[in-house]
Amino acid sequence: MSGVPWGETKLVQGNEAVALGALAAGIDFFAGYPITPSTEVAEILAREMPIIGKKWIQMEDEIASISAIIGGSLAGGRSMTATSGPGFSLMQEGLGYACMTEVPLVLVNVMRGGPSTGLPTQVAQGDVMQARWGTHGDHPAIVLAPSDVKECFELTIKAFNLAEQFRTPVILMPDEVIGHMREKLTFPKEEEVCVIPPSSPDVPLEWYEHYHSSATGVSPMAHFGSGYRFHVTGLTHDTHGFPTRKVDEVISKMNRLKQKITRRLDVLEHNDIHNVEESKIIIFCYGSVYRSALAAQQILAKQRKKIGIFRPVTIWPFPDRTVKEMLDTKDVILVPELNQGQMIHEVERLTSDSVRVVPLHRYDGYEITPEQLVAAVLEVM
Amino acid sequence: MKYSEIRLAGSGGQGLGLAGRILGQAAILNKNEVCFTQSYGPEARGGASRTDIIISDKPILFPNCRKLDILLAMNQESADKYSAKVKERGFFVVDSTFVDQLPEGKVYEYPFTRDSIEVFGQKIVANLMAMGMFAALSRYFKLEIWAEAIRLSVPAAFLDMNLKAFEIGHREGREILNMEEGRIPVTWDRKQPVPKAIRDKFSR
Repeated sequence: MSGVPWGETKLVQGNEAVALGALAAGIDFFAGYPITPSTEVAEILAREMPIIGKKWIQMEDEIASISAIIGGSLAGGRSMTATSGPGFSLMQEGLGYACMTEVPLVLVNVMRGGPSTGLPTQVAQGDVMQARWGTHGDHPAIVLAPSDVKECFELTIKAFNLAEQFRTPVILMPDEVIGHMREKLTFPKEEEVCVIPPSSPDVPLEWYEHYHSSATGVSPMAHFGSGYRFHVTGLTHDTHGFPTRKVDEVISKMNRLKQKITRRLDVLEHNDIHNVEESKIIIFCYGSVYRSALAAQQILAKQRKKIGIFRPVTIWPFPDRTVKEMLDTKDVILVPELNQGQMIHEVERLTSDSVRVVPLHRYDGYEITPEQLVAAVLEVM
Repeated sequence: MKYSEIRLAGSGGQGLGLAGRILGQAAILNKNEVCFTQSYGPEARGGASRTDIIISDKPILFPNCRKLDILLAMNQESADKYSAKVKERGFFVVDSTFVDQLPEGKVYEYPFTRDSIEVFGQKIVANLMAMGMFAALSRYFKLEIWAEAIRLSVPAAFLDMNLKAFEIGHREGREILNMEEGRIPVTWDRKQPVPKAIRDKFSR
């Protein structure tokens, strides 16, 4: 196989779909340190990218990997890396640097059991809070969680587009089950895929501000070598990128970092909602658990019991308003997660005391089964 | 096509990953939904590595097998380990080269590996021979679909050998079905050799 098999139907693995999605989005540069369960992403790109004249490097570790792709993006290439829990921890520093310097990049974290090296070949969803708060300081986070192979392909393209649109790192977080399973995938035709190209400023050279404050909070980004002058530093900086401690400039920078995300929830928010309005019991889930929830919904429907499912595809920024509007009137919200309880706190935060928020944890390296969910629903009914 | 769970199990290196990909490809060509999971890492190199395939008309939600319709066991360890997972109405296909203690239930046995060595001089196509018998016994897809799936999944240089191995397995499988359903097996024609599956059955 070579390149993206546009328009064909194939048996494709989740990680393979991520790699092909990256190719579809026009990836220019990949730097990484292969790690189970994300190895196939690096493996396939290592095979495919040199054929089309793109650069692929295996770095000495994950810190170097994310640093390299920050450089790749600053030089104007669409850049990506792929890792799993232990590597994701090492990448946090670089991730913060990319947030601060507003460098677009895509980071794929295929979640495995943790902490530390944990359960390398088994599934978990223990990194969702790390993806939001792992790097220090207040920072923007866009995180997408696919739940099937098709979404692995589509959300990878979307991740590249969002990264360009928002000039920020975008994290794609399939869990191990999604990364390793193979499914039927019908690829779209090439002309059906929307790819947002890297932006470039059109102002005269001397007018250019690397961190110009536009209406959306994001301004077109010049690349090294394009003739535009700018400075890049992790220190809090002014609009040209030079370090500053001036109160107004610091506040303006920090506000813009936050607001470029919070003011564009209309673009970012993406939820799958099933029967939520007419049900009193809701399952709130994301990633691979969503599949079990759908199966549980079908089993319960046969017993004439109705439940709703609320599933954020974009898990960060959290869909605060929608959750509050749709779920605050319910009796019970069941939050199954493959961890000891992370996203449940967000649901609890947004619902009043009259709503029972019930956890269902599993952290033994296996998926939550539909039967487990059915039993949990019947218990709270 | 109703919802079916299939597990192909054996020791790492018996080619069950490829067999699974062929089955998955066949399901796609037949316009079914398919979900494929595989043991990974050290587990995939052990004595009971598995490839699980779920095939259905409807979207497959939960990706793991729970009650197997068919278990292909290419060695004793996997036959022992997974036999309890097979449905009451499901069946086993086992490689009798390695499996001498048969699991309880409906079992079809055939010495795939021994036969592969006899016919081709190497054991690498035992998997395709097993898939041939699997194809006949399961009756999931038409023969053309299987052939196309094999063509799409194996390297061109080895296509002929793989197809031949598949054909042998398929013929043996058809004979078993003929016998079960009371049809006179075509190979009872004296000009043709009696297939092993029948010969073994009658010599007991």
